This record gives sequence, C-alpha cells and structure tokens, in this order.
Amino acid sequence: MQITYTSGEQVEVYRFGIPATVGIPLIALFLQAFVPRRFPAFSYLDLPLLVTIFFAMARRNPISGLLTGAVIGLVQDSLGGLPLGLYGIAKTVVGYGASSLGVKLDVENAGARLLVTLGFYLVHAAVYFTVARGLVSLTLNWSWSRGILAGLANAFLGVLLFFFLDKFKQRT
Amino acid sequence: MESVLGRYRNLIILMGVLFLQVLGLAVQVKRNGSDTENTRLIRVWAVNAVTPFERGVVWVQTGIGNLWHNYFYLRGVRAENRELKQQIEQMRIEQVRLSEDAAQAHRLQTLLAFKEQFISKTVAAQVIGSSGSDLSRIIYIDKGSDAGLKRDMAVITADGIVGKVLLVYPSVSQVLLVNDQTSGVGVILEKSRLQGVLRGSTSGEAMLERVMSDEQVPVGETVLTSGGDQIFPKGLPVGTVAKVSNGKDLFLNIKIKPAANLSKLEEVLVLVEKQERQVADEAVRVRAADILAQRLPSVPDKPPADAAKPGGDAVGAGKSIAPGTKQAGPATPQTMKKLPDSTAQAPVAAPPTVRPPVHSAPAANGSSPSSAPAKSEGPKPLDTQGRATAHPTVKPDSPKPTRIPAEQPAPPPTTDQNGPQ
Repeated sequence: MQITYTSGEQVEVYRFGIPATVGIPLIALFLQAFVPRRFPAFSYLDLPLLVTIFFAMARRNPISGLLTGAVIGLVQDSLGGLPLGLYGIAKTVVGYGASSLGVKLDVENAGARLLVTLGFYLVHAAVYFTVARGLVSLTLNWSWSRGILAGLANAFLGVLLFFFLDKFKQRT
Repeated sequence: MESVLGRYRNLIILMGVLFLQVLGLAVQVKRNGSDTENTRLIRVWAVNAVTPFERGVVWVQTGIGNLWHNYFYLRGVRAENRELKQQIEQMRIEQVRLSEDAAQAHRLQTLLAFKEQFISKTVAAQVIGSSGSDLSRIIYIDKGSDAGLKRDMAVITADGIVGKVLLVYPSVSQVLLVNDQTSGVGVILEKSRLQGVLRGSTSGEAMLERVMSDEQVPVGETVLTSGGDQIFPKGLPVGTVAKVSNGKDLFLNIKIKPAANLSKLEEVLVLVEKQERQVADEAVRVRAADILAQRLPSVPDKPPADAAKPGGDAVGAGKSIAPGTKQAGPATPQTMKKLPDSTAQAPVAAPPTVRPPVHSAPAANGSSPSSAPAKSEGPKPLDTQGRATAHPTVKPDSPKPTRIPAEQPAPPPTTDQNGPQ
C-alpha cells in the first residue's frame, strides 16, 4: 500500500466531458433507486457517494467537489421522502474533503483509494447521522458494526468502480 | 481583506453552501410535513431525471420475461392446467359455502344497519424504483395523476396493505411504505379486537403501538386494518404478530410481520375509489321487490302496441318502479336495460294493483309472451345511487326467490310518497 505525499505541482488534475459529468451521477442515482428493489442488500452501498468521491479526487478542486457533492446529494434527497438537505449536506462535506485530500495525496493507487473511500464513508455517515438527529429529529441508532461493514463494502466497490471510471478522465 | 477572502475562499464557499442547505432544511422541518409541497419542483426534476431509466429497464425486463414464460418455457403447463382445473372445482364448492356465510353476514349487518366501505375501483401499477436509501422506505410506481391517482390513496397487494400514495406526478407516484418511520396505519387485532397504530422504524420493522401492557397479545395473531385512518378500508390484512415484549411506559412492543413482502414488491393495486354505503338499503329494497313480485295479484298479459316495435320506448317494465307508478304495461327487456337507474328506488312503495313488470315482460328472444316470465332476468339489485350491484340477484323464476321465511308478512304496500295516485 502506497500513500505518497505530493506537492501541488506534482498532482495531475483531470476534467470530464459533459456526458460523463451528467451521465455518471445519473446512472449512479438510477442504480441506487432501482437495484435495491430487486436486491435489498444493495441499499448498503451508496453509489452516489462513490461517484462524488471519485469526481472530487480527480478534479482536485474543492469548490467543484463541494458543488458536485451538493447537487448529487440533493437529487438523492429528492428521491426519498425525507426533507431535502440530509444527503446534500453530507455529500457537500465529503466532496470538499475528498478534493482537498486529492490535492495533498496521490490517490491513484488501490490501497489509497480503499482507505480514502472507507474514511469518507464514515465521515458521510457521521454527518448524516448528526444532521438527521440534530436538525430533523429522526430516531436513528448508530451501529459501529453496520457502519464498518457497509464502509468496507463501499470501499471495495469503490476501488473497482474508480478503475472503471478512470477511463472517462481527460487530462487538462 | 481581499487577501483573507482569497485565502479562505474555498472554506467560505463551503460554509455558504452548507448554511444554505441547513437553512432550507430548517424551513422544511419547521413547516412539519408539508415540506414535500414546498420542495415539489426539485423533486419533480429529480424524479423526471431518474424514472425514465427505471421505466425503460422494467419495460425491457417485463418484455423478456413475458416472451420467455409465454412462448418458450412451457414445461409442465399441461399438468399445471389439470391441477388448476381441479382447484377451480374445489373452489366452486367452497364458493357455494362461503356465499351462504356471506349472505348470513349480510343479513346480520342489515339488522345492525352497518356502514361498509367497499373498494369500488383500483388501478394496477408496477413498482419501478425506490428511494435507494434504507432510511426512507419509499417506492415508485409507474402510474400517476394521468391514471387518476391522488395523494393519500391506499396501496395494497393481494397479500395485504403496502402503503399510501405520498406524492403524485403525471406518470409516476411515490408510495410511502407502511414500514417507514413516518408512516402510521390504524389497525386492529383479529381475535382480541385490540386497536393500535402500526408504525415503521428506522430499521424497516413494522411495530404495533398503543397497546397497553396488561393486554394479552398472542404471537401469530392476524392484524387487520381498522379503517380509522380514513385511508385503508376496514378489514384488509396487515400482517401477523411476530414478537411481543414489554416496552417503555405502559405500552407493549409488538413487532408485526407484514403480510405483503415489502422488500420485493413488483405489482401493486391503488385504491382510487372507495364507496361507503349502508348495507341495509339495497338488501331490503331488493327483497321487498321480489316479495311484491311474487305475492301481488297480476293482470293478464297484454302486449302493448309499442312493445312490438324493436327498441320501442316502453316505459317502466324493467325498472322496479313499475308497480307504484302509473304504468301502462310491460316493456321489452331491451327497454329494461336502458331505463334510468335513479328511478329504481321505489319498489317497496308499489300498490297491489299492477303486476310487476318482471313477470309480464315479453321475451326478448322472440318467444311468445306467455313464455316471457321464465326468460326474464328480473331487476338487478341497486345500490344507494341506483347503480346495479354485484350482489346475487334473486330471479323471479328461481327455486329460492327470497331468503325471507314464508311466514313472514310481506312489507306493507304503498304507504310512502310514491303511493297510488
């Protein structure tokens, strides 16, 4: 596992075409809404979160990262029955954090991606939990075992997904 | 100042975006429940962006499934067909028994003047998606306001209740499942008749609340809708009691296993129309008409002039009103079907002066007038709006014309406002 510290000049910044920028989050949202009806265990995965992390780390621009996270999160909120903003706030924080981390670290290798995804999954869950309990008064119960397991599942899926999504990267 | 803004630009924007979202969240929470209306536009955009994919995939999936099951995979169909025929035979026998029970229950309800809610119209819909979050138990169905769906309509399957319509878009609707934490359904235990409220939990379990801890609730008891929520009609299956334990305060913790498999829904029914009516009305009215039809004296058959004409505009024959009104004579069965239902409410008021037209109507099939009574269908039972109902009709020539015992006196003739003139 190799996590290397890189200077701002060393890291590569990528951009994405409009079809990928719009299509990939839409497909992730669609799969997130569609697949759990057939396979309930799929609801442990959070594809929109993985897409947020991927875009944020590839672009390495905090503003772009937080806006991507906010939009994807708000659309995800819109598909559910809870007030808008729960996923929006959590994914905004994750988008900002992932892009800021992407500036500092080389997150191109699998090990780094696994750890970063696991970490951001837990950050996302913590922010969501805090906002849901503190602002919306939802009666959520935090479970470490569930959080870690779901985080690991998302991290492994993230590694595979990121290698696939790398094909859509364009050098600036 | 500029250097500070430039240095912390990213952080300031982050704080700004978060602040806006927190503000929006606070506004939604403060309005308590009506937030879905205020955020409708964003939700419409999101739903319209995602559901076309879902519809497309479901369409392709269904098409391939139908092609496979209807044209290729037909192994064992003959044997299955034989079994189904046997089942139909058994069910017919069962149906006879149940219809007797139903008739008895109907009579008792009549005595008690019960009001019942009937499901008069449903719309079948296919589940095309979900919220994608295990904290929000919501599904999307492929029918919306174009199909007549409205907010708060009940959604069920053949197994049991599913939820209620939360938001309606033109071609898609959002359904809140009964195991969502914001859901609430009025329910009643089948045997002990204890009432409570079914609520969901964050983990997706359905819990029965508001049952006092000193009550005995056996595991396995069936739970039905109580009708108290004004969404689900009374008596629909909800599930069974899976676990009972003492909870906080004075209430029991009762876990319910839903009758419908909420995690694998494919097709559902939306109750778009419910009808509340008094059971007593139609039953009494029909029976009175039949009694009159049998007991009142008759006049000789006299073919009317216009009855000979096909589709002639004879008055009153088929409608049950005939005896009480100034009716000239019998009419053709075709006319009977065309008559307005709203006039069919007065058979009880008939004076014993004219033979009920059911018996005197000439046959439609061209047979002689004398053979007409045996072929006539007689009046259909009518509901409170005068529409024909699905209740079994007592034919004038049937071996059991009425369920009222022979020694029971017939209803008094012609005493109300439609009496003889």
